[in-house]
Amino acid sequence: MIPSIPQPRAFRAAYMAYVLLFFVYLALPLVVVAVFAFNDSQFPSLPWEGFTWNWFFGDERPMIGVFHERPILRAIGTSAIVGSCVALLSVAVGTSNAFLFNRYRFRGRGLLYVLMLLPLVIPGIVLGISILVFSSTVANGLWDAVKYDAEMLRPGLVLVVLGQFSFITTIATLVISARLQKFDQTLEEAALNLGADRLTAVRTITIPYLMPAIIGALVVAFLMSFENFNTTLMLVGSDAPLTVAMFDRLKEGSTPLLNAVSLLLMIGSSLLALVMIAFQRRS
Amino acid sequence: MQSQARLGFFLLLTPLLLWLGLLILIPHVDMALLSLRERVGVGQYTTSLANYGIFFGEPLYMWTFLRTAVMSVLATVITLIIAFPVAYYIAKMARGRTRSALFLLCLVPFWVSELVRTFGWMILLRETGLFSSLLQWAGLATGPVEMLYNDAAIMVGLVYTSMLFMVVPLVTTLESLDDAVIEAGYDLGGSGLSVLREIIIPHAMPGIVSGSIVVFMLSLGNYLTPTMLGGKDSLWFTELIYSQFIVRFNWELGAAFGFMLLFLSSVIVWGTLRLTGQTLERTMG
Repeated sequence: MIPSIPQPRAFRAAYMAYVLLFFVYLALPLVVVAVFAFNDSQFPSLPWEGFTWNWFFGDERPMIGVFHERPILRAIGTSAIVGSCVALLSVAVGTSNAFLFNRYRFRGRGLLYVLMLLPLVIPGIVLGISILVFSSTVANGLWDAVKYDAEMLRPGLVLVVLGQFSFITTIATLVISARLQKFDQTLEEAALNLGADRLTAVRTITIPYLMPAIIGALVVAFLMSFENFNTTLMLVGSDAPLTVAMFDRLKEGSTPLLNAVSLLLMIGSSLLALVMIAFQRRS
Repeated sequence: MQSQARLGFFLLLTPLLLWLGLLILIPHVDMALLSLRERVGVGQYTTSLANYGIFFGEPLYMWTFLRTAVMSVLATVITLIIAFPVAYYIAKMARGRTRSALFLLCLVPFWVSELVRTFGWMILLRETGLFSSLLQWAGLATGPVEMLYNDAAIMVGLVYTSMLFMVVPLVTTLESLDDAVIEAGYDLGGSGLSVLREIIIPHAMPGIVSGSIVVFMLSLGNYLTPTMLGGKDSLWFTELIYSQFIVRFNWELGAAFGFMLLFLSSVIVWGTLRLTGQTLERTMG
């Protein structure tokens, strides 16, 4: 079943049709979401009532567009802040982990490596509740001991950041490790021979080499945080990030407003992806 | 120099230990302790297995647990069957630009939030949705057809949501298979089917295993898809955990449920790795 092996024409055609059908299946839900963002009706469903931009720019009831819908805009802002914090934290720790596992051979390394991978095989909701349980144990302990109310350990954005960070760090570590493994260590030794100290060598030689992976990990971490639902749902307080806010709306019934938000999300994440690809091409 | 290297080592080790200790290990130990706590009076607790007793004693909980497990396995198998030919096409049949374009196309839907993808399926499947209207237009149905809120809809959603995590590892392992080996298989008289069974599938095994593990985990831990696409009777185990924690505020029982979910996923992941002779480091790392 490779091009150099002749196959009956019917088989080839059927195979091609299957692959084509697969891509239609992949695209269909997204296309539908995008198209109904422009439907001039209260519901994102047929019949088609005509084209409108109101779900983006409308400013009077019943059609308030995304850009005039305060709660949604605030939720987007919350998600962006959470995503940035998670991305920076997880890439910082991920880079440190990558150096640790690549450069040092120590006792317990294998065990730590497996532990590092564990967050990938723990269901997100379990990660969420375990952090919720532990943080409230600590907060209650603090209250009983010194009568200090640790507000940040109660459900809220700090816990959401910590919860997402707990598994996104694994992914950042893997992305950065993969590139660090390909690094030619003699380059660093050359810098040391030329009189640089260790830190200067790493800063001027290794980190620039790692940059594409670091940028890639930042983008991936940001997007994963932006999209995360399970862990966030368990830790969220009064400020809901976008996915949770949209989920609450969706439970009450959907309007094309949600389609418009979704379309903006699609455009946003495709742009980010393109930036990342362009950046990696260049270097 | 020696002491500097030691200092560097400890500086790098600290964030790792803090992260794993404070956010992964200790919280899970704490959750385990909580699940073993039984409330006997106001503010009074004893250590017992009562919460697990409730889990095993209540048919609804057990039933939901088993249902979630079976449906997740089924979703994994369906995803594998759908993804394999496509991954094979991308890795072995497509050439050059087409290949990278197709690969990128596979990734596109997953840059978008799971919520949006699920929402898309709701628009397609609901009573006033596209499929229902299409069927009526084609004369295959006389009235609106509700395709949402049942187990099949959950399955469609689960398979769709985790497709990427199957396709990518499959393409990666299949790409590393040399065409010459397949040709040799045919030269030695193998048929398409025997080449597939004896050469291609064994070679793709690491990809199949890692894809399956991830898809299974994602399905098992999914909350959004079953809640949005499933009906009243199609409970998912994560919904039970959510309701114990957030709605009923019975954290002890919720923690026990969380542990059962963790236990189930660990057993199945460990079993799969064992059966196929893979390790976590090789499939994930």
